[in-house]
Amino acid sequence: MNSPAPTGHAVPPTDDAGHPAPQSFLTRYIWSQDHKVIAVQYACTAIAVGVVGVVLSNLMRLQLGFPGQFEFINAERYYQFVTMHGMIMVIYLLTALFLGGFGNYLIPLMVGARDMVFPYLNMLSFWVYLLSVVVLMASFFVAGGPTGAGWTLYPPQSILPGTPGHAGGIVLMLVSLVIFIVATTMGGLNYVTTVLQARCEGMTLLRMPLTVWGIFVATILALLGFPALFVSGVMLLLDRTMGTSFFMPALVSMGQVTGYKGGSPLLFQHLFWFFGHPEVYIVALPAFGIVSDLISVHARKCIFGYRMMVWAIVAIGALSVVVWAHHMFVSGMNPYFGFFFATTTLIIAVPTAIKVYNWILTLWRGDIHLTVPMLFALAFLCTFLIGGLTGLFLGNVSVDIPLSGTYFVVAHFHMVMGVAPLLVVFGGIYHWFPKVTGRMLDDRLGRLHFWITFLGTYAVFFPMHYLGVLGMPRRYYNFDGYQFIPPSAFSMNELITVVALIVALAQLLFIANLAWSAWRGQRADANPWRAASLEWQTPATPPGHGNWGPRLPVVYRWAYAYGEPGAAEDFIAQNAPPEAGPGEPEPEGQSEVRGAPA
Amino acid sequence: MIMAVALLLIVLASVLFHVFNPWWTTPLASNWRLMDDTLTITLVITGIFFIVINLFVAYMLVRFRHREGHRAAHEPENRKLERWLIGGTTVGIMALLAPGLVVYANYVREPHDALVLEVLAQQWQWRFRFPGEDGKLGATDARFVSATNPFGIDPADPPGQDDLLIAANEVHLPLGKPVLVLMRSNDVLHDFFVPNFRARMNTVPGQVSRFWFTPTVAGRYEALCAQLCGVGHPNMRGYVVVEEPADYKSWYAALPTFAGSQAKAPEAPAGGGTRVEQGRALADAKGCVACHTIDGSPRVGPTWKGLYGKTETMADGSTALIDEAFLRSFIRDPQARHVKGFPPVMPRIELSDEELAALVAYIQSLGSPPAQAAAEQKAVR
Repeated sequence: MNSPAPTGHAVPPTDDAGHPAPQSFLTRYIWSQDHKVIAVQYACTAIAVGVVGVVLSNLMRLQLGFPGQFEFINAERYYQFVTMHGMIMVIYLLTALFLGGFGNYLIPLMVGARDMVFPYLNMLSFWVYLLSVVVLMASFFVAGGPTGAGWTLYPPQSILPGTPGHAGGIVLMLVSLVIFIVATTMGGLNYVTTVLQARCEGMTLLRMPLTVWGIFVATILALLGFPALFVSGVMLLLDRTMGTSFFMPALVSMGQVTGYKGGSPLLFQHLFWFFGHPEVYIVALPAFGIVSDLISVHARKCIFGYRMMVWAIVAIGALSVVVWAHHMFVSGMNPYFGFFFATTTLIIAVPTAIKVYNWILTLWRGDIHLTVPMLFALAFLCTFLIGGLTGLFLGNVSVDIPLSGTYFVVAHFHMVMGVAPLLVVFGGIYHWFPKVTGRMLDDRLGRLHFWITFLGTYAVFFPMHYLGVLGMPRRYYNFDGYQFIPPSAFSMNELITVVALIVALAQLLFIANLAWSAWRGQRADANPWRAASLEWQTPATPPGHGNWGPRLPVVYRWAYAYGEPGAAEDFIAQNAPPEAGPGEPEPEGQSEVRGAPA
Repeated sequence: MIMAVALLLIVLASVLFHVFNPWWTTPLASNWRLMDDTLTITLVITGIFFIVINLFVAYMLVRFRHREGHRAAHEPENRKLERWLIGGTTVGIMALLAPGLVVYANYVREPHDALVLEVLAQQWQWRFRFPGEDGKLGATDARFVSATNPFGIDPADPPGQDDLLIAANEVHLPLGKPVLVLMRSNDVLHDFFVPNFRARMNTVPGQVSRFWFTPTVAGRYEALCAQLCGVGHPNMRGYVVVEEPADYKSWYAALPTFAGSQAKAPEAPAGGGTRVEQGRALADAKGCVACHTIDGSPRVGPTWKGLYGKTETMADGSTALIDEAFLRSFIRDPQARHVKGFPPVMPRIELSDEELAALVAYIQSLGSPPAQAAAEQKAVR
């Protein structure tokens, strides 16, 4: 078993990764402290749990498309599927994959570090995450099944009879979340410290790739936001198990007066969304960063407005903690909050729009290679655009009032924080797979997977906006006998279900591609996309223990030196010597000022 | 190239879908036309943005596609362009936000002359209360809630005595008069949502939440719960009838007061002399129909069609013949045992012996299946 090298412990001279090189299979692949192995462990676990989430969504869709035809999907199970699908996708898949997977793999390689600064903590973070997944999955096997309270777990409903899994399921859910937050905190402290402390020589903050910026700010948000979920989870657990009344007012349940008194259900909602809205950006900011890099590399052009992109990420991160109550416009909170939160919410659209413009202006006069990662990046642009724009409906309080709680909301958040980030996940995996494994993913399978996923998800979620405008409420097991819903809506639901099943099956192509290419794929050279950023400049591919061989790299320019006039190639690596080409461009404003008197 | 075509097709398909699809807002039946207008403004502004950006990207994918020997331009930034884009976006956002906030200011500002209606939510049924002659709603508390006082009205509070109670899921409102809706919940979060009215709010146990609207079109509108409230959530339905003030007055005049409902022993519900008819009315009034259908489809609880005379399997594996004795004891104490395959959530509802007999007679009248069908049913379970 491996443990951190105590001070004074003899470390091999070429190795200063902070921990000795692994000596056995166990320490290399299981109890590994290497960020690259931990990243793969995180990613594989997240993808496995994501498969469960996709299956649950399809079971849900079967009931919605063909109500009552599948006897095992009764109302209780339906709500359990809804809840577990939501929680798995948001927390255990996307958060874990972006921070634990991409963050772990890319941060040290992109900033020129040998590893995370706390390798042992990093290993612990993964194993605690795995424990949280095991506890979550255990809830499928306890009496009463997993909780069916909806992923928001709103009390009083979540802990009262009348909601499936109110006995064991909700307890396991809350315990699992608390464990997950412990894991995220350990990982998060690591990522932030590594970005701030372990950058190689020459790697200034404003030379870091936007991927690192996105993950860095998202991690700070996670460190600020998850504690709110932690306390609300613990308090709800106490309400459920010890009979406290943090969130429980005096109430009657199933005809019986309960012993609860004086708690506030709205308090839970404030705490939940104080975490929940930053959570959207915990998922979105890494996606923003990664997609910036994909577009720049595959359009062979420097990212447009790099500084503006960094400030937009920081501004979005900062604003994201003052918009949470737009999830609560019709919650019964003080109605005057609506003015404030609608305003802050719409303000956040400005830095977000800047990012969209700059992605597009990066394409302008580029040399666009439609590789599979680029296709996914472009699909992200299209999907995120529609998801972001529908956010302007829901963020604007008086437009939100009739739309709240309908399928419009379902369509919006699936577009913006379901499909869009997942497209980036796919794009990122196709892009970095050669670095991780030394082999390329199969291109034709990749294209097939791309087209089915992109067009399929669009066909699934675009029509849902209209069902929502009509007023179809979400989280309905069935819509028997509602007169205002025309039969055509049910035909639409059938169609959506069929497409959703096809999209889900297409993900098997992706998994097959991963498995096949990891061992049999075409061998990749060290820098197959001819990218400038540091992770492609490692001496070995896949990078060895300590990443950089005997000497750490030295960085002379930013990560976006593409199409430099006069350069021999259309990119210059970050660590290429100064003679190879210029550094990053001077901010235009400064040269303007200098030129002004003339 | 194919990606450019795909983007073009997506724009085209989305626009065509928008024009030709049969789903849009339900016909408006309240004063909140402004909410629909802000929706339209938002749709137009965002729609233009969506189309322009996608077409522009499609154009660039063709124009700047990779060609041999071609190199991207070097263009790290363009401050002037960025300033224009930020300025334009800010103006666009303000154009969206300003009308939205103006409408919301109206929504928050309640009219003084409004009719006060209380909506009481409980898993999975709606009840309604008017303040009565004194214009004041009586105080309530969860500890007063019982089968004979489902509203939890404080029996000692004088303003509560003349409150008018509607223990069923249908309420009437006069056309053209502003209504201030005050909302309470006995148990969990709910949301009183009538799509045609647009206005709505969650009901939260432990507090009173509120919104207002003016019904402008006569009709019978469906109300539904739009905040997840447990397994019965989709069955929590109600109706709002908007009618001419004269019709409303005569309906209103027949409502029982709280004092009246407490004074006399619960009378046999109106609507026919036979026991079965009484049972049918009781099933509506007590909210049984929220969970039990009479058409054979299972809901939160077993359907009553064919229930009587059947042999049901209990959650503990034992079986029981559903006869009069079983039904009586089950309704009296629903938590004593549970039917397999259904959530154990049936509340105890206070019924007089006479009412219980009527209810059981009603369930009995919904038929016992032939012996063979019963056997099949059992096999399926």
